[in-house]
Amino acid sequence: MAYFARKIGLLLFALFVAVTLNFFIPRMMPGDPAQDLMDKMQGIPLESLEAIKAAFGVDSTDPLLLQYGKYLLNLIKGDLGISISRFPTPVGRVLQVAVPWTVGLMGTATIISFFLGTIIGIGVAWKRNTKLASFTVGLFIFVRSFPYFWLGLLLIYFLAFRIPIFPLGNAYTPQLERGTLEFFLSVVKHAILPALTIVISSMGAWILTMRNNMINVLAEDYITVAEAKGLPLRRIKTLYAAKNAILPSITGFAMSLGFVVGGGLLTEMVFSYPGVGLMLYQAVQSKDYPLMQAIFLFISVAVLVANFIADIAVLILDPRVRDGGK
Amino acid sequence: MFRDVFSLFIENRKALIGLIILAFFSIVAIFAPLIAPYDPKTNKVEVLSIVEEEIGRTKTVEREEIDEFTEKRVYTQSITTTYEKVTTKLPLNAKPSRNHLLGTTRAGQDLFSQMVYGTRITLAVGLITGLFTTLLALTLALVAGYFGGIVDDIISLFTNVFLVIPSLPLMIVIAAYITVKGVIPIVLILGLTSWPWPTRVLRSQVVSLKNRDFVRVSRILGERPLYIVFREILPNMISLVMASFFTSTMAAIMGEATLEFLGLGNVSVVSWGTILYWAQNSGALLSGAWWWFLPPGICIALIGTSFALMNFAIDEISNPKLRKR
Amino acid sequence: MMNRQESEQLLQCRNLVAGYRIKSGFVHAVDDVSFDLERGGFLGIAGESGCGKSTLAFAIMRLLKDNATIENGSLFFKGTDLVGLREEEMKKIRWVDISMAFQSAMNALNPVLSIGEQLTDVIHAHGEVRQSEARDRAIEALKLVDIPRDRFNSYPHQLSGGMKQRVMIAMALILNPDLIIMDEPTTALDVVVQRTIIEKIQELRKSLGFSVIFITHDLSLLVEISDTLAIMYAGKIVEYGNSDELFNMPLHPYTIGLMNSFPSLTGKITRMGGIEGKPPDLLNPPEGCRFHPRCPHAMDICEKSCPALQKVDPRHSVACFLHKGAENL
Repeated sequence: MAYFARKIGLLLFALFVAVTLNFFIPRMMPGDPAQDLMDKMQGIPLESLEAIKAAFGVDSTDPLLLQYGKYLLNLIKGDLGISISRFPTPVGRVLQVAVPWTVGLMGTATIISFFLGTIIGIGVAWKRNTKLASFTVGLFIFVRSFPYFWLGLLLIYFLAFRIPIFPLGNAYTPQLERGTLEFFLSVVKHAILPALTIVISSMGAWILTMRNNMINVLAEDYITVAEAKGLPLRRIKTLYAAKNAILPSITGFAMSLGFVVGGGLLTEMVFSYPGVGLMLYQAVQSKDYPLMQAIFLFISVAVLVANFIADIAVLILDPRVRDGGK
Repeated sequence: MFRDVFSLFIENRKALIGLIILAFFSIVAIFAPLIAPYDPKTNKVEVLSIVEEEIGRTKTVEREEIDEFTEKRVYTQSITTTYEKVTTKLPLNAKPSRNHLLGTTRAGQDLFSQMVYGTRITLAVGLITGLFTTLLALTLALVAGYFGGIVDDIISLFTNVFLVIPSLPLMIVIAAYITVKGVIPIVLILGLTSWPWPTRVLRSQVVSLKNRDFVRVSRILGERPLYIVFREILPNMISLVMASFFTSTMAAIMGEATLEFLGLGNVSVVSWGTILYWAQNSGALLSGAWWWFLPPGICIALIGTSFALMNFAIDEISNPKLRKR
Repeated sequence: MMNRQESEQLLQCRNLVAGYRIKSGFVHAVDDVSFDLERGGFLGIAGESGCGKSTLAFAIMRLLKDNATIENGSLFFKGTDLVGLREEEMKKIRWVDISMAFQSAMNALNPVLSIGEQLTDVIHAHGEVRQSEARDRAIEALKLVDIPRDRFNSYPHQLSGGMKQRVMIAMALILNPDLIIMDEPTTALDVVVQRTIIEKIQELRKSLGFSVIFITHDLSLLVEISDTLAIMYAGKIVEYGNSDELFNMPLHPYTIGLMNSFPSLTGKITRMGGIEGKPPDLLNPPEGCRFHPRCPHAMDICEKSCPALQKVDPRHSVACFLHKGAENL
């Protein structure tokens, strides 16, 4: 279980670093965001101003360490401050609304992309020498190099603008009532293009990784032994080849799950999808520091946790790790 | 040994295609002023000619509008000569035509010239950042992998931690806070957020090489660490280092385009990313100006493909199992 | 057309040619090889690395793939020629009648499945068997190789080298084959463990009655256990026959060289032998006798023609102009 303990330790330490970075970066950057803040807040009543200052930690009368302490305390209480651009909504509330959209869209898309990509990768490796395999690999090398926000633009242009099959953006048609079937369908319809963008551009990585892993595994002796033993092809393909080949991918998958939260930013921007990414971008544009900090922290935490889950998954799947750790 | 690797590389068809694409864009970048028909930022063309010699002061003799875009002005300047300046304003938002191979932007700038000049920045940022990242990663990897112990623990710890911090949000947040905008900050930001991954990859290779017999023999024989690192370990990692370099460069090109697209770089510099930024901000998509946002994306994809192909070739060379049978 | 003596033979290899097709030509890893193996017999095949031994093993099992093929010759197994047999027919023979124990120091065992699973899946692949019965048979097989039943759920990495090899042997005999081909089964193990494995093989042979083709580069192993010995060099068999006779009177210079290469524990201290030079390139083997560049007794004729395997005794053949064959030219 040393492996497990190590991973938990790493998780906690990384969380700590993320939180600390989040605290110190704004205070270390050139330019004075605090002053910007003050300048903007010209017409606001004094109490609110005080609240903002406190939320942002602009109370620089306290020594730095004390500020840091207060910051940590606030975090534990769940108080992330008040959003400036959406004053007086607390940051936590903004996140609460945005997170489901991001997780829903990106999460689904990433999972689909992983499964499709892995399966295609296995297939392409198994039938290596066919024209179809070479073509598929070549195609995805090319597609993978598209900047994926650009891919989104392309999809919008062709499938929403030229031929208006899909909507141009947003997560749902605003007039519809929540909870109805129509609403649900509208959500799905709005999610298709952004999801497609993500799936197309990220599938390539899985295909190539899985293909490489499979090819390496297929050259191993235990595959030859399995064939000699006369095992059915399906069993060789799954329990002997794929199960070994997928191990390196799992870590990658978990890492990408982490990026679910952060990486969707561009897609959300292009599609005006009201998720965490878009919030971050808008926060940056309007210099809404509390919101920015909170989102960044949220993303970091999500990534770290996802990573940790990946490590645990490897623990479960690979008997070698269970015993000694790599 | 280099020659062997080189010739193997050239023979591989994938690598060849990748190399050709890269060479093409490099040539375009280097010879940009000769290839681009217009200045990328201007929206007019001025042709100045001398009409006759005369003595007098500056005075507009005549002004003629030839068509909605072109105006001719004849004027004299003191003591010397009479000039004729024909100013042709470039059409706004024009579709591709003979004069403008890729059309024009909403502000009347020739897109073909922009793409040509943009190649310089895009390639330069990509290659420099890739080089910077790879060198940094390699150094850290060699130090951590070879010396092991506490040094390794510390470096690995930081690598692992920074590895997990998502780079795009980090880049955006940093870019939002800094006030100096430009190409150099972008290179720095990109470099500082992308070093962890290659460091980890290279380090594990260093460690596995370090434990191979031929290195252990050298250590027992008492060879100096510098010798072992540079003459025994490093030469066996060349293919991996090259692959890292290609990957980092590609990531940098994408990253640059992304940051510029978000408007976080210097939007008055012409690069493929800024072209996309202006395209998006001028509503190119919704006004159907496909010639504005299509070329940058396609070119980025082409360069990306070229690096990916070369990476593939390197994989195949160093891992014979991957070669076509 | 087979006479009665021949039909007692389990495996008859006749003029087998097999190898790899590469860009510049065909590598003759097995070049015109012939031998016999009787029921219950033990044939040892010895030779340096790269002489074609493993290719021969894979050829017999019809496991050659992609650019590796059998070009010519026959492999009569219980009367049927395995060469040219359709794959569906071969599947009925492979592992059921002929099986193989791989060198398990290489990755011959699937790291993510328990050894029990790897034993039972063979059973399931060759017939409808209930899970419990398969499990019992697997445990029986493990018992035969002295592996306790509580290791049934162990994973390969939890076993020692010797145990892994024994698992491989259990896997090879679990369907009760007539012939087991063992490809370097003891190469990566230390001498003590080697001994136990060899003894175990002999013991199992006595009780179960299967034949063995034992492939190795270590001639000393074959001294006590083999009935027949074949010495391979550069794709050809250069000496062949009853192992006692071969050991007492090695004829081919290569065999002599091999035997001189291991020191004796008794007797005078003599200079260590060894064979100069290195094995030839099988893509372009030397003209004439393939061994002549390294042979201390090479004659003119050796450079020009390749000697054929000729009987010098009823149970001893050699391919060398020093002993026979020169008069046929």
